[in-house]
Amino acid sequence: MDTRTTPEVGGMGHSLKRKEDPRFIRGRGTYVDDVQLPGMLYLDIVRSPHAHARIVKIDSSKALAVPGVLAVITGQDLAKYNLHWMPTLMSDTQMVLPVEKVMYQAQEVAAVLATSRYAAADGAAQVEVEYDPLPVVVDPHKALEPGAPVLRTDKKDKKDNHIWHWEWGDKAATDRAIAESDVTVKQDIYIPRIHVASIETCGCIAHFDKVMDKLTVWMTTQAPHAIRTVFALVAGHVGLAEHKIRIISPDIGGGFGGKVPVYPGYVIAVAASVLTGKPVKWIEDRMENLQADSFARDYHITAELAAKKDGTLTALRIKTLADHGYTDAAANPSKFPAGLFHVCTGSYDLKAAHVEVDGAYTNKPPGGIAYRCSFRVTEAVHTIERMTDLMAHQLNIDPAEFRMKNFVKPEQFPYKSALGWEYDSGNYAGALKKAMDMIGYADLRREQAEKRARGELMGIGISSFTEIVGAGPSKHFDILGLKMFDSCEIRVHPTGKAIARFGTKSQGQGHETTYAQILAEELGIPAKDIQVEEGDTDTAPYGLGTYASRSTPVAGAAAAMAARKVRDKAKKIAAHLLEVAEDDLDWEPGKFTVKGVPGKSKTIQDCAFAAYTNHPQGMEAGLEAVSYYDPPNLTYPFGSYICVVDIDSGTGEVKVRRFVAIDDCGNIINPMIVQGQVHGGLTMGLAPALYEEISYDEHGNVQGGSFIDYLLPTAVETPKWETGHTITPSPHHPIGAKGIGESATVGAPAAIANAVVDALWHLGVRHIDIPITPAKVWKLLRQHGVTD
Amino acid sequence: MIPAAFEYHTPGSVGEATALLARLGEDAKVLSGGQSLIPLMKLRLTTPRHVVDINGIQGLDGLREADGFLRIGALVREADLEESSLVRSRYPLLHDTCKVIADPLVRNLATLGGNLAHGDPANDHPATMLALGAEVVAVGPRGERRIPITSFFTGPFATALAGDEILVEIRVPVPPARSGGAYLKLERKVGDFATAAVAVQLTLSAAGTVENAGIGLTNVGLTPIKATAAEAALRGQRLDATTIKHAAEQAAAAAQPAEDLRGSVEYKRDLIRVLTGRALRRAAERAAGQ
Amino acid sequence: MRVQLSINGDKYEADVEPRLLLVHLLRENLRLTGTHIGCDTTHCGACTVLMDGRPVKSCTVFAVQAHGRQLMTVEGLEQDGKLHPLQESFMSEHGLQCGYCTPGMLMTSYAFLQKNQAPSEDDVRTAISGNLCRCTGYVNIVKAVQHAAAKIAGGA
Repeated sequence: MDTRTTPEVGGMGHSLKRKEDPRFIRGRGTYVDDVQLPGMLYLDIVRSPHAHARIVKIDSSKALAVPGVLAVITGQDLAKYNLHWMPTLMSDTQMVLPVEKVMYQAQEVAAVLATSRYAAADGAAQVEVEYDPLPVVVDPHKALEPGAPVLRTDKKDKKDNHIWHWEWGDKAATDRAIAESDVTVKQDIYIPRIHVASIETCGCIAHFDKVMDKLTVWMTTQAPHAIRTVFALVAGHVGLAEHKIRIISPDIGGGFGGKVPVYPGYVIAVAASVLTGKPVKWIEDRMENLQADSFARDYHITAELAAKKDGTLTALRIKTLADHGYTDAAANPSKFPAGLFHVCTGSYDLKAAHVEVDGAYTNKPPGGIAYRCSFRVTEAVHTIERMTDLMAHQLNIDPAEFRMKNFVKPEQFPYKSALGWEYDSGNYAGALKKAMDMIGYADLRREQAEKRARGELMGIGISSFTEIVGAGPSKHFDILGLKMFDSCEIRVHPTGKAIARFGTKSQGQGHETTYAQILAEELGIPAKDIQVEEGDTDTAPYGLGTYASRSTPVAGAAAAMAARKVRDKAKKIAAHLLEVAEDDLDWEPGKFTVKGVPGKSKTIQDCAFAAYTNHPQGMEAGLEAVSYYDPPNLTYPFGSYICVVDIDSGTGEVKVRRFVAIDDCGNIINPMIVQGQVHGGLTMGLAPALYEEISYDEHGNVQGGSFIDYLLPTAVETPKWETGHTITPSPHHPIGAKGIGESATVGAPAAIANAVVDALWHLGVRHIDIPITPAKVWKLLRQHGVTD
Repeated sequence: MIPAAFEYHTPGSVGEATALLARLGEDAKVLSGGQSLIPLMKLRLTTPRHVVDINGIQGLDGLREADGFLRIGALVREADLEESSLVRSRYPLLHDTCKVIADPLVRNLATLGGNLAHGDPANDHPATMLALGAEVVAVGPRGERRIPITSFFTGPFATALAGDEILVEIRVPVPPARSGGAYLKLERKVGDFATAAVAVQLTLSAAGTVENAGIGLTNVGLTPIKATAAEAALRGQRLDATTIKHAAEQAAAAAQPAEDLRGSVEYKRDLIRVLTGRALRRAAERAAGQ
Repeated sequence: MRVQLSINGDKYEADVEPRLLLVHLLRENLRLTGTHIGCDTTHCGACTVLMDGRPVKSCTVFAVQAHGRQLMTVEGLEQDGKLHPLQESFMSEHGLQCGYCTPGMLMTSYAFLQKNQAPSEDDVRTAISGNLCRCTGYVNIVKAVQHAAAKIAGGA
């Protein structure tokens, strides 16, 4: 890796050891549940066993008799303050606590407030609720049939379960192109509901201090400022003004999108604290987390891909049914109810495309948040990569060759896709070639042919994805009206050290290190001398938080821009100190030198000291700057993954023998951290591909509501990931970086699915939905006459 | 995640323990490893008013061969069984089984005795003990008795232990020469219960025919299943592709799986067929090596 | 009930309910919050501590069962200001990201390396198969454990 700074400075490209690690390896992190406040009370939530039922009666008498229980809060209590319903991030509405009916199994029904965690649990076990079951709607297709029970009876005039219809692209041109094409492949693809299941669940401590008239909430949130504003808007009428609300997002044990929404537990805790004046802690347990918190995916997709008989792709048409649960609580930019699903033309130069998505209500938990995939990008990539592979196999063209033929070419960038996205830069063929070389593609195909002749099942799957991250330009992107800029505020101290605060919030991505590296690169101040902070809304500049891989593209850019403002001011100070004109100065990281006069220079530290002790007359003292960066475009990381699987024809087990991942995230800040993000992302791509699913029976009972059946891979299931990279900088980004956190979760499932179908294609298998369980594979094998 | 309240007892001897159980009756549960009991209590699926912790009782953690048996104390931890070179070299079926119980951390506390006494047909040791022809030693106020493993499992989560008895020892007959065994478990991931699993113990004659075969099936019925027809089909036979195939089919026919998230009835039954065949092959290799 | 135990070398005594889970004794009574809770079905291993030298899931042990026993948590790894080689290796090999599973991984690995001084990659993967991680994909955790093993063997 080329580096412009020394390891001691630690700018871009250095695999600096992480500044956040010393506390974590000592067990000295501060996660929400680690915080204990004097007089703190505990909240435990009573949940519905029914997926759809009228609440007849809630009897709290036994619960209130449990020693330590102080109160049982119901929807009726919150209704007095109009807090029983609240808006979702998609401007729908959701219940905090129900008054009339429950709409999903595990929905919050009442909350018990007690002096200890154990008393709260005992109290919750004693609350008696009488329900009157109502017909359950679980299948989103049935939900949209005429005559289906209408779920959202709270919405006046709502006569069906249809949430919205959204479409994008030129329908007529696409229909025409498909009709005129030589070959079309059509496939139904179901991407089931999954859950991010970060190892730390969600929770908060709400502390309303009556004396200071201030609400402080420690919260597992990826977007503290947005939360503060939402609380002020939702609860302003009970006296919570935004300057009296402080959200502290401390150390977060993984987010992946699951810690973006506002969950009822948070609001109940806030209400309880406001009412009692005491701190109230709510920490959900794992089953609550899996069964009630926002899910991801749940897309029923029908895709058609058309091509000429020589293999040139021509058009893509997709219809999707999006199962949103009982309310649309997705976390998408407001203009895009299906997120960025229309990046589904992928890495290919498709001339015509049309996408339509319909959202439906069902009796399931709400959501549609990202599981480490920007906004619906895994859904998009899975579709196009499955379809591309299907077409390649159908035409009997090698899938790598097929992709090479259809890739957007380097000279076409910036590339305007048929669905309107302007891809900033890419070198798709370069990434695929590198992956093929690294895995020994030709040898593997030879091996596959030999094995196939012997009846052994081996498959090779490719996924050449284009990601779309860094939301986003204010012209098109907002969440509840809040534009999606982000921010960096940097202040350099007299002794040349600095503090920088950001509007984002790391949940393990290493911002304390990577942001310091960006600033070190721009200013030449060693990264170890730059303190990075995030997450406290009282001190951090406003930002939209960390999810959808937006931190490096947006806040990382803000860091560079703020640093350049600091450098501009430092230059003026240096000119003043050196008694030369600004134009006479050169800059190398950390130092201004006078052109042509070796030895005449001032370090950035000299300038910092002078900013407080010897600043030029007419200039303000101090050395600081803030940047609110509104990105001109999204960024488009990309990559090619190749997966080799061996299938046991006796048991149906799929073993990933090798997996090579070549990623391109533009200029790399910290190669070690980037590689770590890829390892983790691949594992969160493997998991949905082979193991994870949350499903419901016809009564709306959740299957997979605990770690017994919601299967997170251990170190034994996880393959040894092989990684590499190419570097194609983003031309519009101040440091040419694109973001990496989610690429692997976006690209990996398709590589695995494609490998499995490739292994079974000769038997007549054309598609298999994830998760690809041994039971599913076994069934396909036996259906196609294969036994052990 | 918080258990209901209970009273806690720490008997210092078997006699004290069984007297407690006799007095407390149905309201009491025995705590050994706790790796099955405590998870149930945390979910309040069981709310015993009394927990009788037997971990303080001396003498229940022996592991040695004596009197023609491998004698395993009820409190021997799975991890210790797994690490025992005696078990690895002479009881490979048992060694195989230990390695796939839950995960390594759970195995540091979980006990063989608890794995059997809990009566869960999804547990792994029951099928292995059936294949090994083991017996269980139980002690109660009425004294000590030996229960053949074939009579031990009476229903889901039900065993032949009386409410006032505790399991003190498991006795596995020392295998004759030319014996070998294998346990094959299909699990969705480490730590899961078996989608299906098969335990096989074989003794071969000098001529290479099957002198004795024990086949136990895990998690394909309301109790662990002894595949007696498959065992009978093998006795006196040479092991070859045909006899193995036939025995595997017999074992599959003996399975009574239920459909669940791990798979369909047909899948589990076919897994028994596949795993039995593979386990027989591996057991035979090990028997030949002995 | 009275429980007396040794925690990271120090004596501790308290009166607790029998049902108090060991993990809560550690986190709430002892204020040692390095041991974490990640699930309710004894799967994730974030709560791993050593009890009489063996790594166990402290969420599935009653505090009263630890009476008379020696406990070690992540806070006990650093001795006299000197980090344990595992702690150093986790940092140098990037074996952690959010840090939440890390104490459990460290305690499991600490006990493991006492039994196996030169583990293969597969050995390490099996040893940590009771500890779930969502961030790292395990590759660097395995590297860190093997790196620490080499350091310890080299006399660190």
